[in-house]
Amino acid sequence: MNVLLVDDEAELVSTLAERLTLRGIDACWATSCEEALRCLETTAFDIAVLDVKMPKVDGLELKKCLQEKSPGMKFIFVTGHGSTQDFETGVSEVGRDYYLVKPLNIETLIAKLKEALQR
Amino acid sequence: MRFWSAFKPAFWDHEDVAAGPYKHLFNFRRMWKASVALIAAVALAPLVFMTVIDYQVSQKAIESDIVYQTARLVSNTRRSVSFFLSERKSALNFIDKDNTYEMLSNPLRLTALLDNLKKGFGGFTDLGVIDHTGLQHGYVGPYNLAGVNYSDQEWFKHLVRSGAYVSEVFLGQRQQPHLILAVRHELPGGNFYVLRATIDTQQFNALLAEVEVSGHGDIFLTNREGALQTPSRLFGSGLGQIPLEMPPFSEKTQVMDTHVQAEPIVVGYAFIQETPFVLITIKKKTELMRAWNKTRERLISFLLISITAIVLVILSVATFLVNQIFEADHKRVMTLHQVEYANKMASLGRLSAGVAHEINNPLAIINEKAGLIKDLFTLQRTYAEDPKLNGLVDSILYSVERCARITKRLLNFARHMDVRPQRLDVGEVIHEVLGFLGKEAEFRSITLSVEADPDLPPIVSDRGRLQEIFLNLINNAFAALSDGGRLAIFLRCTEGRFICVTVSDTGCGISPADLKRIFEPFFSTKAGRGGTGLGLSITYGLVQEIGGRIEVVSKLGEGTTFSVFLPLELQPDKDDGQHERIAGG
Repeated sequence: MNVLLVDDEAELVSTLAERLTLRGIDACWATSCEEALRCLETTAFDIAVLDVKMPKVDGLELKKCLQEKSPGMKFIFVTGHGSTQDFETGVSEVGRDYYLVKPLNIETLIAKLKEALQR
Repeated sequence: MRFWSAFKPAFWDHEDVAAGPYKHLFNFRRMWKASVALIAAVALAPLVFMTVIDYQVSQKAIESDIVYQTARLVSNTRRSVSFFLSERKSALNFIDKDNTYEMLSNPLRLTALLDNLKKGFGGFTDLGVIDHTGLQHGYVGPYNLAGVNYSDQEWFKHLVRSGAYVSEVFLGQRQQPHLILAVRHELPGGNFYVLRATIDTQQFNALLAEVEVSGHGDIFLTNREGALQTPSRLFGSGLGQIPLEMPPFSEKTQVMDTHVQAEPIVVGYAFIQETPFVLITIKKKTELMRAWNKTRERLISFLLISITAIVLVILSVATFLVNQIFEADHKRVMTLHQVEYANKMASLGRLSAGVAHEINNPLAIINEKAGLIKDLFTLQRTYAEDPKLNGLVDSILYSVERCARITKRLLNFARHMDVRPQRLDVGEVIHEVLGFLGKEAEFRSITLSVEADPDLPPIVSDRGRLQEIFLNLINNAFAALSDGGRLAIFLRCTEGRFICVTVSDTGCGISPADLKRIFEPFFSTKAGRGGTGLGLSITYGLVQEIGGRIEVVSKLGEGTTFSVFLPLELQPDKDDGQHERIAGG
């Protein structure tokens, strides 16, 4: 499983990538849309974990960009707003994608990654 | 007091503590008093003024009528009395002119003349002829008066001076009241003789007795000193003094008000010229005014009934209008309060959301860093056997999880103000709320218990509002509880499509008087202790917004129980499946 992690918080996303790597999951990380697209040029990802709220290009727009380049890619969204209700406005645009609330539980994240890939 | 309590308007005891320096503008009791006073003055003043004027005009008209009628009676009677005496005086003058002194000195002629006078006029008792020396040498009548000399008597002297004489009434030798008429006849050579007649007063009295006097009145003659000359209904039939001060001489008929034996009377009088008589009529004023008194009673009754009706209408209208203003103001205050509250909550919500979001990101970093350390310890087995390091990392992770729960709650309370129905478990909502207050309960040794029916169904409602309702109720219970108290929450199904949540405390309780006003805005029993008086009014509004109702039962010193009835369905939940899916994700 190849995972792309995108969040404007570099400290967060780099640590998360390292933790996934420790668990045998290949993970790359990026802090912006441009970096994410550059990663996509070199690596084919099965799934991307995107932060919803990011400066310039947010998670929902980034998903569209990534889907154009890699149509089969799955997505999981992460939000700092901590409640399902805050994410309701984005639901229709992200279809049946999962989302998770910060701070993340690593085991929950891995479980959702597997679930998403099996769909 | 009970009667007053039943009819006391709602605004009577109202005091707008929130009005500040404009408090006087919201003094409804003063507004009511001013309205009543102003309308009463405008409505009653013309009525009272017109009634008083009418009263005075009517009274003066009646008094004038009494004076006029009395004066007319006295004048007419005076003319009758004057005519009676003049008629007889003229008869004597005629006899005097028609007969010579020698003829009158003849007893037979004198007797014939007396008989003619008795038949023609009546009332004559005797007839005498007196020469200029005062000696009566011709006399016919029932007494032996021939040869009597009157030269030293006052009446004779007066007759000599004035030419005619009418005496006062006196009893004489027979003890019968009578009066004397005398006329002087001049003779050639400067001498004179006098023709004198005695008049019986029976005809005189009958003349006055026939006069009808209204108002239980009386009419009689007196001399100028006040001695009765004719019988009086009020003062008897003798020749005694009447108990009235004699009025001053007047040529015209006069009427005056006075009192006799403390009773008001109207006195009409007239001095009969060329006689010693004063004609007096007396009428009782109370009798004369009886008709006026009835009119006056009707007038006053009409005035009192009118005033009562007007005052009742004024009181009702003023109360109604001020009450309308009061209710409008009450609604204005409620609306302002709700707007203010909504703004406050919106600001609070934005602040909470911002804080929670900002905290969540660094919290996530701490979480990941600590997680990585834990991973390194666990996966690489370098420090896997070091319990202290593993414990420290677990402690960091536990604290992060606690912080995350707090930020989640903050965000949940910062929901939008619109009603957002969703399927939820009320017990879960209550546990969330208690999560906020758990530390305080622990610190104050308050026992918390939540019991729910096992088959309690989920309801469709607004989570934010439910949280706020229960937070307010539980906060109130905490305020009422002393340390070591008990707070019990029960959730049960009720008849119909409702579930009931009761929040019972063992606190100080609420008095029956306060219990009636407990849901009013700004009503607080915690004045001076930080109470705003808004909590329960907001709770009441929120319960209504989600289609429920709230009831309260309390007993002073024993505790209070609030019961919140929540409908199972707020409205059909179209996004039901989606919510479930998201909740699962």
